[in-house]
Amino acid sequence: MAADHDESTPSDVELRVRAIESVLVEKGYVEAAALDHIVEAHETSIGPHIGARAVARAWVDPDYRQALFADASAAIAPFAHLGRVGDQLIAVENTPDVHNMVVCTLCSCYPWDVLGLPPVWYKSPAYRSRAVKEPRSVLAEFGLTLAPETAVRVWDSTAELRYLVVPMRPAGTDGWTEDQLAELIGRNCMIGVELPTVPTVA
Amino acid sequence: MDGVHDLGGMDGYGPVRAERDEPVFHHPWEGRVYALNTAMSARGVWNIDIGRFAIESQPPRVYTTSSYYELWLAKLEKLVLQYHLAEADELERGHADVPGPEPRFTTADVAGVLARGSFVRSAESGPRFAAGDRVRARNIHPRSHTRLPRYVRNHVGVVERVHDPNVFPDSVVRGDGPQPQWLYTVRFDGEELWGDDAEPDMVVSVNAFEPYLESA
Repeated sequence: MAADHDESTPSDVELRVRAIESVLVEKGYVEAAALDHIVEAHETSIGPHIGARAVARAWVDPDYRQALFADASAAIAPFAHLGRVGDQLIAVENTPDVHNMVVCTLCSCYPWDVLGLPPVWYKSPAYRSRAVKEPRSVLAEFGLTLAPETAVRVWDSTAELRYLVVPMRPAGTDGWTEDQLAELIGRNCMIGVELPTVPTVA
Repeated sequence: MDGVHDLGGMDGYGPVRAERDEPVFHHPWEGRVYALNTAMSARGVWNIDIGRFAIESQPPRVYTTSSYYELWLAKLEKLVLQYHLAEADELERGHADVPGPEPRFTTADVAGVLARGSFVRSAESGPRFAAGDRVRARNIHPRSHTRLPRYVRNHVGVVERVHDPNVFPDSVVRGDGPQPQWLYTVRFDGEELWGDDAEPDMVVSVNAFEPYLESA
Protein backbone atom coordinates (compact mmCIF):
# COMPACT_ATOMS: atom_id res chain seq x y z
CA MET A 1 0.00 0.00 0.00
CA ALA A 2 1.63 3.24 -1.11
CA ALA A 3 1.20 6.13 1.28
CA ASP A 4 0.43 9.30 -0.63
CA HIS A 5 1.35 11.52 2.26
CA ASP A 6 3.60 11.63 5.32
CA GLU A 7 2.34 9.10 7.89
CA SER A 8 2.43 11.74 10.60
CA THR A 9 0.36 14.21 8.61
CA PRO A 10 -3.25 13.11 8.21
CA SER A 11 -4.94 13.88 4.90
CA ASP A 12 -8.00 16.13 4.64
CA VAL A 13 -10.19 13.07 4.30
CA GLU A 14 -8.70 11.47 7.41
CA LEU A 15 -9.28 14.68 9.35
CA ARG A 16 -12.92 14.79 8.24
CA VAL A 17 -13.40 11.15 9.24
CA ARG A 18 -11.84 11.75 12.66
CA ALA A 19 -14.00 14.82 13.14
CA ILE A 20 -17.30 13.15 12.33
CA GLU A 21 -16.43 10.05 14.36
CA SER A 22 -15.58 12.22 17.39
CA VAL A 23 -18.81 14.15 17.07
CA LEU A 24 -21.00 11.07 16.69
CA VAL A 25 -19.30 9.34 19.62
CA GLU A 26 -19.53 12.44 21.83
CA LYS A 27 -23.18 12.88 20.87
CA GLY A 28 -23.74 9.39 22.23
CA TYR A 29 -24.96 7.91 18.91
CA VAL A 30 -22.25 5.28 18.56
CA GLU A 31 -19.82 3.50 20.82
CA ALA A 32 -16.31 3.54 19.34
CA ALA A 33 -15.80 -0.12 20.29
CA ALA A 34 -18.84 -1.07 18.21
CA LEU A 35 -17.18 0.50 15.17
CA ASP A 36 -14.07 -1.60 15.83
CA HIS A 37 -16.23 -4.72 15.89
CA ILE A 38 -17.90 -3.90 12.57
CA VAL A 39 -14.53 -3.37 10.88
CA GLU A 40 -13.10 -6.52 12.42
CA ALA A 41 -16.05 -8.68 11.30
CA HIS A 42 -15.57 -7.54 7.71
CA GLU A 43 -11.81 -8.00 7.82
CA THR A 44 -11.88 -11.45 9.40
CA SER A 45 -15.22 -13.29 9.26
CA ILE A 46 -17.33 -12.19 6.28
CA GLY A 47 -15.83 -13.13 2.94
CA PRO A 48 -15.99 -15.25 -0.20
CA HIS A 49 -15.21 -18.42 1.75
CA ILE A 50 -18.92 -18.39 2.70
CA GLY A 51 -20.17 -18.52 -0.87
CA ALA A 52 -17.41 -20.95 -1.82
CA ARG A 53 -18.61 -23.44 0.80
CA ALA A 54 -22.11 -23.33 -0.65
CA VAL A 55 -20.95 -23.80 -4.24
CA ALA A 56 -18.69 -26.71 -3.29
CA ARG A 57 -21.53 -28.37 -1.39
CA ALA A 58 -23.81 -27.90 -4.41
CA TRP A 59 -21.23 -29.62 -6.62
CA VAL A 60 -21.16 -32.77 -4.47
CA ASP A 61 -24.68 -32.93 -3.00
CA PRO A 62 -27.67 -32.91 -5.42
CA ASP A 63 -30.19 -32.27 -2.62
CA TYR A 64 -28.21 -29.26 -1.42
CA ARG A 65 -27.89 -28.04 -5.01
CA GLN A 66 -31.67 -28.12 -5.35
CA ALA A 67 -32.08 -26.27 -2.04
CA LEU A 68 -29.55 -23.62 -3.11
CA PHE A 69 -31.44 -22.81 -6.29
CA ALA A 70 -34.79 -22.89 -4.49
CA ASP A 71 -33.78 -20.50 -1.67
CA ALA A 72 -30.16 -19.40 -1.56
CA SER A 73 -30.62 -17.27 1.57
CA ALA A 74 -31.76 -20.27 3.60
CA ALA A 75 -29.32 -22.70 2.02
CA ILE A 76 -26.22 -20.56 2.66
CA ALA A 77 -27.13 -19.45 6.19
CA PRO A 78 -25.39 -22.43 7.86
CA PHE A 79 -22.08 -21.31 6.28
CA ALA A 80 -22.51 -17.59 7.03
CA HIS A 81 -21.06 -15.45 9.81
CA LEU A 82 -23.39 -15.85 12.81
CA GLY A 83 -25.64 -17.87 10.49
CA ARG A 84 -26.98 -14.67 8.96
CA VAL A 85 -27.72 -14.07 5.28
CA GLY A 86 -30.07 -11.38 4.00
CA ASP A 87 -33.23 -12.48 2.19
CA GLN A 88 -33.83 -12.40 -1.57
CA LEU A 89 -30.48 -13.95 -2.43
CA ILE A 90 -30.69 -15.81 -5.74
CA ALA A 91 -28.21 -18.39 -7.02
CA VAL A 92 -27.83 -18.46 -10.81
CA GLU A 93 -26.24 -21.37 -12.61
CA ASN A 94 -23.59 -21.36 -15.30
CA THR A 95 -24.13 -24.04 -17.95
CA PRO A 96 -22.46 -24.80 -21.29
CA ASP A 97 -25.22 -22.68 -22.85
CA VAL A 98 -25.32 -19.66 -20.52
CA HIS A 99 -22.68 -17.74 -18.60
CA ASN A 100 -23.91 -15.41 -15.84
CA MET A 101 -22.29 -12.23 -14.56
CA VAL A 102 -23.47 -9.74 -11.96
CA VAL A 103 -23.21 -5.94 -11.88
CA CYS A 104 -24.80 -2.96 -10.20
CA THR A 105 -24.87 -0.12 -12.73
CA LEU A 106 -26.47 2.36 -10.32
CA CYS A 107 -24.29 1.93 -7.23
CA SER A 108 -22.53 -1.06 -5.65
CA CYS A 109 -25.19 -3.67 -4.76
CA TYR A 110 -23.43 -6.93 -3.99
CA PRO A 111 -24.09 -10.02 -1.85
CA TRP A 112 -21.57 -8.88 0.76
CA ASP A 113 -22.92 -11.19 3.43
CA VAL A 114 -21.79 -14.18 1.37
CA LEU A 115 -18.87 -12.72 -0.63
CA GLY A 116 -17.50 -9.99 1.65
CA LEU A 117 -17.45 -6.31 0.73
CA PRO A 118 -17.12 -5.72 -3.03
CA PRO A 119 -13.71 -5.17 -4.64
CA VAL A 120 -12.83 -1.73 -6.02
CA TRP A 121 -13.14 -2.89 -9.64
CA TYR A 122 -16.76 -4.01 -9.08
CA LYS A 123 -17.60 -0.48 -7.91
CA SER A 124 -15.60 1.22 -10.68
CA PRO A 125 -17.25 3.26 -13.44
CA ALA A 126 -15.45 1.10 -16.00
CA TYR A 127 -17.14 -2.12 -14.86
CA ARG A 128 -20.51 -0.57 -14.08
CA SER A 129 -20.74 1.18 -17.45
CA ARG A 130 -19.50 -1.64 -19.67
CA ALA A 131 -20.82 -4.87 -18.13
CA VAL A 132 -24.32 -4.36 -19.56
CA LYS A 133 -23.15 -3.21 -23.00
CA GLU A 134 -20.02 -5.19 -23.80
CA PRO A 135 -19.94 -8.10 -21.34
CA ARG A 136 -17.81 -10.33 -23.57
CA SER A 137 -15.15 -7.64 -23.85
CA VAL A 138 -15.15 -7.15 -20.09
CA LEU A 139 -14.84 -10.89 -19.50
CA ALA A 140 -11.96 -11.06 -21.96
CA GLU A 141 -10.11 -8.49 -19.84
CA PHE A 142 -10.43 -10.92 -16.94
CA GLY A 143 -8.94 -13.61 -19.17
CA LEU A 144 -12.25 -15.33 -19.83
CA THR A 145 -13.08 -15.79 -23.50
CA LEU A 146 -16.45 -17.43 -23.90
CA ALA A 147 -17.27 -19.83 -26.70
CA PRO A 148 -19.45 -18.13 -29.33
CA GLU A 149 -22.26 -20.62 -28.61
CA THR A 150 -22.33 -19.64 -24.93
CA ALA A 151 -24.83 -16.84 -24.30
CA VAL A 152 -24.02 -14.13 -21.75
CA ARG A 153 -26.60 -13.24 -19.15
CA VAL A 154 -25.93 -10.05 -17.19
CA TRP A 155 -27.83 -9.47 -13.94
CA ASP A 156 -28.05 -5.77 -13.07
CA SER A 157 -28.80 -5.58 -9.32
CA THR A 158 -31.19 -2.64 -9.38
CA ALA A 159 -33.25 -3.60 -6.28
CA GLU A 160 -32.72 -5.41 -2.97
CA LEU A 161 -32.19 -8.78 -4.62
CA ARG A 162 -28.69 -10.17 -4.72
CA TYR A 163 -27.13 -12.70 -7.06
CA LEU A 164 -24.56 -15.42 -6.58
CA VAL A 165 -23.14 -17.11 -9.67
CA VAL A 166 -22.68 -20.86 -9.32
CA PRO A 167 -19.91 -21.83 -11.73
CA MET A 168 -19.62 -25.24 -13.37
CA ARG A 169 -17.44 -27.76 -11.61
CA PRO A 170 -14.15 -27.93 -13.49
CA ALA A 171 -12.98 -31.13 -15.16
CA GLY A 172 -10.30 -33.10 -13.39
CA THR A 173 -11.84 -32.84 -9.92
CA ASP A 174 -13.47 -36.27 -9.67
CA GLY A 175 -13.20 -37.63 -6.17
CA TRP A 176 -12.19 -34.29 -4.66
CA THR A 177 -13.52 -33.48 -1.21
CA GLU A 178 -15.82 -30.55 -0.59
CA ASP A 179 -12.94 -28.76 1.18
CA GLN A 180 -10.62 -29.23 -1.79
CA LEU A 181 -13.29 -28.01 -4.18
CA ALA A 182 -14.06 -24.92 -2.07
CA GLU A 183 -10.42 -23.87 -2.46
CA LEU A 184 -10.96 -23.54 -6.23
CA ILE A 185 -13.89 -21.16 -5.95
CA GLY A 186 -12.70 -17.57 -5.77
CA ARG A 187 -14.77 -14.46 -5.34
CA ASN A 188 -14.55 -13.48 -9.02
CA CYS A 189 -16.01 -16.86 -10.06
CA MET A 190 -19.09 -16.12 -7.98
CA ILE A 191 -19.47 -12.64 -9.53
CA GLY A 192 -19.15 -14.36 -12.89
CA VAL A 193 -16.01 -12.78 -14.33
CA GLU A 194 -13.70 -15.77 -13.93
CA LEU A 195 -13.96 -19.57 -13.94
CA PRO A 196 -12.61 -21.97 -11.35
CA THR A 197 -9.43 -23.59 -12.59
CA VAL A 198 -7.56 -26.63 -11.35
CA PRO A 199 -3.96 -25.75 -10.53
CA THR A 200 -1.46 -27.78 -12.49
CA VAL A 201 0.70 -29.92 -10.24
CA ALA A 202 4.38 -29.06 -10.51
CA MET B 1 -32.57 11.60 -11.27
CA ASP B 2 -30.68 11.38 -14.55
CA GLY B 3 -27.37 11.56 -12.73
CA VAL B 4 -23.78 10.57 -13.33
CA HIS B 5 -24.28 7.54 -11.09
CA ASP B 6 -26.49 5.92 -13.76
CA LEU B 7 -23.55 4.45 -15.61
CA GLY B 8 -24.96 1.54 -17.61
CA GLY B 9 -23.86 1.78 -21.25
CA MET B 10 -21.63 4.83 -20.89
CA ASP B 11 -18.40 4.81 -22.92
CA GLY B 12 -14.98 6.17 -22.13
CA TYR B 13 -14.16 4.76 -18.70
CA GLY B 14 -11.40 2.51 -20.01
CA PRO B 15 -10.47 -1.03 -19.04
CA VAL B 16 -11.56 -2.73 -15.81
CA ARG B 17 -8.54 -2.81 -13.55
CA ALA B 18 -8.63 -5.57 -10.94
CA GLU B 19 -6.18 -5.54 -8.05
CA ARG B 20 -4.55 -8.80 -6.93
CA ASP B 21 -5.02 -9.77 -3.28
CA GLU B 22 -7.02 -6.68 -2.57
CA PRO B 23 -7.48 -5.79 1.12
CA VAL B 24 -11.00 -5.29 2.51
CA PHE B 25 -10.14 -1.67 3.30
CA HIS B 26 -7.19 0.15 1.70
CA HIS B 27 -6.82 2.65 4.56
CA PRO B 28 -8.01 2.52 8.17
CA TRP B 29 -10.24 5.57 7.59
CA GLU B 30 -12.23 3.61 4.98
CA GLY B 31 -13.17 1.06 7.62
CA ARG B 32 -14.21 3.83 10.01
CA VAL B 33 -16.41 5.44 7.34
CA TYR B 34 -17.99 2.10 6.52
CA ALA B 35 -18.64 1.30 10.21
CA LEU B 36 -19.98 4.79 10.98
CA ASN B 37 -22.42 4.56 8.08
CA THR B 38 -23.55 1.10 9.18
CA ALA B 39 -24.01 2.11 12.82
CA MET B 40 -25.81 5.36 12.01
CA SER B 41 -28.09 3.66 9.45
CA ALA B 42 -29.24 1.33 12.23
CA ARG B 43 -31.00 4.27 13.91
CA GLY B 44 -33.61 4.04 11.17
CA VAL B 45 -33.63 7.81 10.56
CA TRP B 46 -32.83 7.26 6.89
CA ASN B 47 -33.05 4.12 4.76
CA ILE B 48 -30.72 2.67 2.16
CA ASP B 49 -32.24 4.60 -0.75
CA ILE B 50 -32.10 7.92 1.07
CA GLY B 51 -28.42 7.11 1.52
CA ARG B 52 -28.04 6.30 -2.17
CA PHE B 53 -29.74 9.55 -3.15
CA ALA B 54 -27.35 11.47 -0.89
CA ILE B 55 -24.53 10.07 -3.04
CA GLU B 56 -26.27 10.44 -6.42
CA SER B 57 -27.08 14.07 -5.71
CA GLN B 58 -23.47 15.04 -5.06
CA PRO B 59 -22.34 17.48 -7.77
CA PRO B 60 -21.19 15.49 -10.84
CA ARG B 61 -17.67 16.84 -10.49
CA VAL B 62 -17.50 15.52 -6.92
CA TYR B 63 -19.06 12.16 -7.81
CA THR B 64 -16.68 11.50 -10.69
CA THR B 65 -13.51 12.49 -8.86
CA SER B 66 -14.15 10.91 -5.44
CA SER B 67 -13.24 7.41 -4.32
CA TYR B 68 -15.98 5.08 -3.17
CA TYR B 69 -15.47 5.69 0.53
CA GLU B 70 -14.96 9.42 0.00
CA LEU B 71 -18.51 9.39 -1.36
CA TRP B 72 -19.66 7.44 1.68
CA LEU B 73 -18.08 10.09 3.89
CA ALA B 74 -19.84 12.85 1.94
CA LYS B 75 -23.10 10.92 2.29
CA LEU B 76 -22.72 10.56 6.05
CA GLU B 77 -21.85 14.23 6.54
CA LYS B 78 -24.81 15.27 4.42
CA LEU B 79 -27.33 13.03 6.20
CA VAL B 80 -26.12 13.87 9.71
CA LEU B 81 -26.68 17.55 8.92
CA GLN B 82 -29.91 17.01 6.99
CA TYR B 83 -31.49 15.16 9.92
CA HIS B 84 -30.02 17.56 12.51
CA LEU B 85 -28.07 14.87 14.31
CA ALA B 86 -25.16 17.32 14.46
CA GLU B 87 -24.46 20.88 13.34
CA ALA B 88 -21.99 21.98 10.67
CA ASP B 89 -19.75 23.82 13.13
CA GLU B 90 -19.54 20.69 15.28
CA LEU B 91 -18.29 18.66 12.30
CA GLU B 92 -15.83 21.42 11.50
CA ARG B 93 -14.40 21.47 15.03
CA GLY B 94 -14.67 17.72 15.61
CA HIS B 95 -16.43 18.16 18.95
CA ALA B 96 -20.06 17.94 19.98
CA ASP B 97 -21.54 20.93 21.82
CA VAL B 98 -24.46 19.00 23.28
CA PRO B 99 -25.31 15.29 23.51
CA GLY B 100 -27.84 13.91 21.04
CA PRO B 101 -30.97 11.84 21.58
CA GLU B 102 -30.98 8.09 22.24
CA PRO B 103 -30.37 5.37 21.18
CA ARG B 104 -26.66 4.61 21.32
CA PHE B 105 -25.32 1.97 18.92
CA THR B 106 -23.22 -0.40 21.07
CA THR B 107 -21.25 -3.61 20.57
CA ALA B 108 -24.44 -5.51 21.45
CA ASP B 109 -26.02 -4.11 18.26
CA VAL B 110 -23.25 -5.18 15.90
CA ALA B 111 -24.52 -8.70 15.15
CA GLY B 112 -27.82 -7.20 13.98
CA VAL B 113 -26.16 -5.18 11.20
CA LEU B 114 -23.95 -7.95 9.80
CA ALA B 115 -26.56 -9.18 7.35
CA ARG B 116 -28.50 -7.25 4.75
CA GLY B 117 -31.85 -5.86 5.88
CA SER B 118 -35.18 -7.05 4.51
CA PHE B 119 -37.23 -4.89 2.16
CA VAL B 120 -40.02 -7.41 1.57
CA ARG B 121 -43.48 -6.11 2.49
CA SER B 122 -47.05 -7.10 1.69
CA ALA B 123 -48.95 -5.35 -1.11
CA GLU B 124 -52.57 -4.32 -1.19
CA SER B 125 -53.37 -6.13 -4.43
CA GLY B 126 -51.96 -8.85 -6.67
CA PRO B 127 -49.24 -8.45 -9.30
CA ARG B 128 -50.25 -6.87 -12.60
CA PHE B 129 -47.76 -8.87 -14.68
CA ALA B 130 -46.89 -12.55 -14.90
CA ALA B 131 -43.83 -14.45 -16.11
CA GLY B 132 -43.73 -14.37 -19.91
CA ASP B 133 -45.50 -11.00 -20.28
CA ARG B 134 -43.96 -8.50 -22.66
CA VAL B 135 -43.43 -5.17 -20.92
CA ARG B 136 -41.97 -1.80 -21.79
CA ALA B 137 -39.86 0.07 -19.26
CA ARG B 138 -41.53 3.45 -18.94
CA ASN B 139 -39.82 6.53 -20.32
CA ILE B 140 -39.65 8.29 -16.95
CA HIS B 141 -37.17 10.94 -15.81
CA PRO B 142 -37.98 11.78 -12.18
CA ARG B 143 -35.83 14.53 -10.67
CA SER B 144 -35.68 12.50 -7.46
CA HIS B 145 -34.43 8.96 -6.80
CA THR B 146 -35.35 6.03 -9.03
CA ARG B 147 -33.93 2.55 -9.57
CA LEU B 148 -34.91 2.26 -13.23
CA PRO B 149 -31.65 2.73 -15.14
CA ARG B 150 -31.71 4.94 -18.23
CA TYR B 151 -30.39 2.27 -20.58
CA VAL B 152 -33.59 0.19 -20.35
CA ARG B 153 -36.12 3.03 -20.44
CA ASN B 154 -38.52 2.86 -23.38
CA HIS B 155 -37.23 -0.63 -24.25
CA VAL B 156 -39.30 -3.82 -24.41
CA GLY B 157 -38.42 -6.86 -22.36
CA VAL B 158 -40.00 -10.01 -20.98
CA VAL B 159 -40.99 -10.65 -17.37
CA GLU B 160 -38.96 -13.64 -16.25
CA ARG B 161 -39.86 -13.83 -12.59
CA VAL B 162 -42.28 -12.21 -10.14
CA HIS B 163 -40.79 -11.47 -6.71
CA ASP B 164 -42.42 -10.47 -3.43
CA PRO B 165 -43.50 -6.85 -3.09
CA ASN B 166 -40.66 -4.65 -1.83
CA VAL B 167 -40.33 -1.18 -0.31
CA PHE B 168 -40.53 1.27 -3.25
CA PRO B 169 -37.33 3.37 -3.30
CA ASP B 170 -38.82 6.23 -5.36
CA SER B 171 -41.58 6.76 -2.81
CA VAL B 172 -39.34 6.57 0.26
CA VAL B 173 -36.95 9.19 -1.07
CA ARG B 174 -39.84 11.49 -2.05
CA GLY B 175 -40.93 11.32 1.59
CA ASP B 176 -44.11 9.37 0.82
CA GLY B 177 -43.27 6.23 2.79
CA PRO B 178 -42.59 2.61 1.71
CA GLN B 179 -45.65 2.10 -0.60
CA PRO B 180 -44.60 -1.52 -1.37
CA GLN B 181 -44.69 -2.52 -5.04
CA TRP B 182 -44.44 -5.83 -6.87
CA LEU B 183 -40.97 -6.48 -8.14
CA TYR B 184 -40.04 -8.28 -11.36
CA THR B 185 -36.98 -9.61 -13.10
CA VAL B 186 -37.28 -8.28 -16.65
CA ARG B 187 -34.91 -9.50 -19.36
CA PHE B 188 -33.90 -7.52 -22.42
CA ASP B 189 -32.12 -8.82 -25.51
CA GLY B 190 -28.85 -7.11 -26.36
CA GLU B 191 -30.19 -5.99 -29.77
CA GLU B 192 -33.21 -4.35 -28.11
CA LEU B 193 -30.91 -2.25 -25.92
CA TRP B 194 -27.94 -1.59 -28.18
CA GLY B 195 -29.17 -2.25 -31.73
CA ASP B 196 -26.58 -3.38 -34.25
CA ASP B 197 -23.82 -2.41 -31.82
CA ALA B 198 -24.78 -5.15 -29.35
CA GLU B 199 -22.36 -7.98 -28.70
CA PRO B 200 -23.69 -11.32 -29.98
CA ASP B 201 -25.99 -13.47 -27.87
CA MET B 202 -26.31 -11.35 -24.75
CA VAL B 203 -29.20 -10.75 -22.41
CA VAL B 204 -29.41 -8.18 -19.61
CA SER B 205 -31.94 -8.24 -16.81
CA VAL B 206 -32.94 -5.65 -14.26
CA ASN B 207 -35.17 -5.83 -11.22
CA ALA B 208 -38.04 -3.48 -11.97
CA PHE B 209 -40.80 -2.29 -9.65
CA GLU B 210 -44.31 -2.49 -11.10
CA PRO B 211 -44.72 1.32 -11.57
CA TYR B 212 -41.68 1.23 -13.88
CA LEU B 213 -43.47 -1.04 -16.37
CA GLU B 214 -46.33 -0.96 -18.86
CA SER B 215 -47.74 -3.71 -21.10
CA ALA B 216 -46.12 -4.01 -24.51
